[in-house]
Amino acid sequence: MSAMAARISTGDVAHVARLARLELTPDELERFTEQLGAVLEHARDVEALDTEGVPPTAHPLPLVNVLRDDVVRPSLDRAEVLAAAPAVEANRFRVPRILGDAP
Amino acid sequence: MTVTTTDWETVIGLEVHAELRTETKLFCCCRNSFGEEPNVNVCPVCLGLPGSLPVLNRVAVEYAMRIGTALHCRVQSSIFHRKNYFYPDMPKDYQISQYDIPINAEGWLDLPGGRRVQIERAHMEEDTGKSTHVGGGGRIHEATYSLVDYNRAGVPLVEIVSAPDMRSAEEARAYVDELRSILVATGASDGKMEEGSLRVDANVSVRAKGDGQFGTRCEIKNMNSLRSLGRAIEYEAERQVALITDGGSVAQETRHWDESAGRTGTMRSKEEAYDYRYFPEPDLVPVEPSDEWIASVAASLPRLPAQRRSEIAAASGMGVESESVVTVVRLGLDGYVDAVIASGAGERGTAIAVRRLANEVAAEIGSAAHLTEPAFCRLIAMESDGSLTTAQARTVLRELLDNGGEPDAIAARLGFEAMEAGDLEAVVDQVISAHPDEWSRYVAGEAKLAGFFMNHIKAATEGKADMKAASALLRSRSA
Repeated sequence: MSAMAARISTGDVAHVARLARLELTPDELERFTEQLGAVLEHARDVEALDTEGVPPTAHPLPLVNVLRDDVVRPSLDRAEVLAAAPAVEANRFRVPRILGDAP
Repeated sequence: MTVTTTDWETVIGLEVHAELRTETKLFCCCRNSFGEEPNVNVCPVCLGLPGSLPVLNRVAVEYAMRIGTALHCRVQSSIFHRKNYFYPDMPKDYQISQYDIPINAEGWLDLPGGRRVQIERAHMEEDTGKSTHVGGGGRIHEATYSLVDYNRAGVPLVEIVSAPDMRSAEEARAYVDELRSILVATGASDGKMEEGSLRVDANVSVRAKGDGQFGTRCEIKNMNSLRSLGRAIEYEAERQVALITDGGSVAQETRHWDESAGRTGTMRSKEEAYDYRYFPEPDLVPVEPSDEWIASVAASLPRLPAQRRSEIAAASGMGVESESVVTVVRLGLDGYVDAVIASGAGERGTAIAVRRLANEVAAEIGSAAHLTEPAFCRLIAMESDGSLTTAQARTVLRELLDNGGEPDAIAARLGFEAMEAGDLEAVVDQVISAHPDEWSRYVAGEAKLAGFFMNHIKAATEGKADMKAASALLRSRSA
């Protein structure tokens, strides 16, 4: 627990939970701090390896340049799309009042 | 607010978002188009429905490479990141963008006036949907609810970030003007600020002249025209100087330009700044353009504005920084100059063409479509060889812009036959003999009377006289 506490604090977890709009009880906060700490501890094992001369990996798949042609294909039917929304007005998605501005 | 800014220097860096002119969105096959009915161009990918996966648009990548190449950037292998935030304009709750490894890095752009602005990066990202706030007069904080249209969500953007290299609102405007010309010339974007396909945010700070350190900056958003960009920067610089001279300090924050009030207001302070939790987008693999691809994009680039200006300056004998040359290239009227040069016009004819384009045509740019290249070339030839006076050429040109047609036919209809040299001489002699007192004073050296005689000649010929020829005649008679 002490090594994990050095990796991540309940304060860190509370901060990340707030950014992700998650409401955690004090018990959950404690539990997730422990679990996330264990994950980070596992990552430390990897850090112990000698990666000198190994290029950084951006993606686990050995693929690059997966591209498509710039050709229009039919979009979804609007009535069908809007029917799945909780609220609609003037063919737009109606959403609750936004607190704060666009980033 | 009256603050003397003579001892202060404004430091400006700009972030320009340019929508790309692709047929489809960045990661899905929905149509990329402006001004359609709401929510007609949406699919599982751009609506963020579970299980959908993005696939990158090849043409968007190519356009981004064109922009980077035109800005002298290093075009490099890059990856995408997720920028996480909760806001209904992105239904996925994140925007796919490029973060630490953008496709284009470290370039530059030269302003027509000569200053070089460094470009830090030009990266790809997707646009957001469009929200309309209902209630509270459309102001977000007082709105009762909002309506969202996702047609724009996922439209490809390139964000071009400059270094803080500009020092005045005028330079910032010149930068956006030049960048817009470059974007249009590359074919990557239509650069329409009024339709939102070009959007500019400004980072503004002030410092005492000679100070090596930058001051604390504010980011200004919501400027919808070059004019509001200039006004917003000037307002913000004065605000910051006033704060500092009153013993206060500038807080780093994002500010919103209110066009009607003519002021900036706080959007959010640094304390509330978003923590976007960027992480690599697992659904997209790296983009690694080959050397061949990069070279072929560079080879396909058309001549860019700076090159066009120097070519036209050389052909017309005008300066590269000539306002007329800059205007002609900025408005994309350089094709007419090419046509005039190809029609065999020399330096003088080319210079006349540049002036007509920068004045009459620029003033009625919306009608430029009526003006065909052959008609314009013919008009310039007529003005060059003296068959039309400058005033007549302007009139014929305005008619061409309004209604199209053939310059010869229009000139004939307006009664603009060229005056025979003999006729002009007769008129000049008539005017001289009608004003013997003025003439003897003019001959004795009262040079300002030349204008008096020119006005009489102009009136007597009903504006048909070639005033240069008339002036030469007047001088030769007095010698």
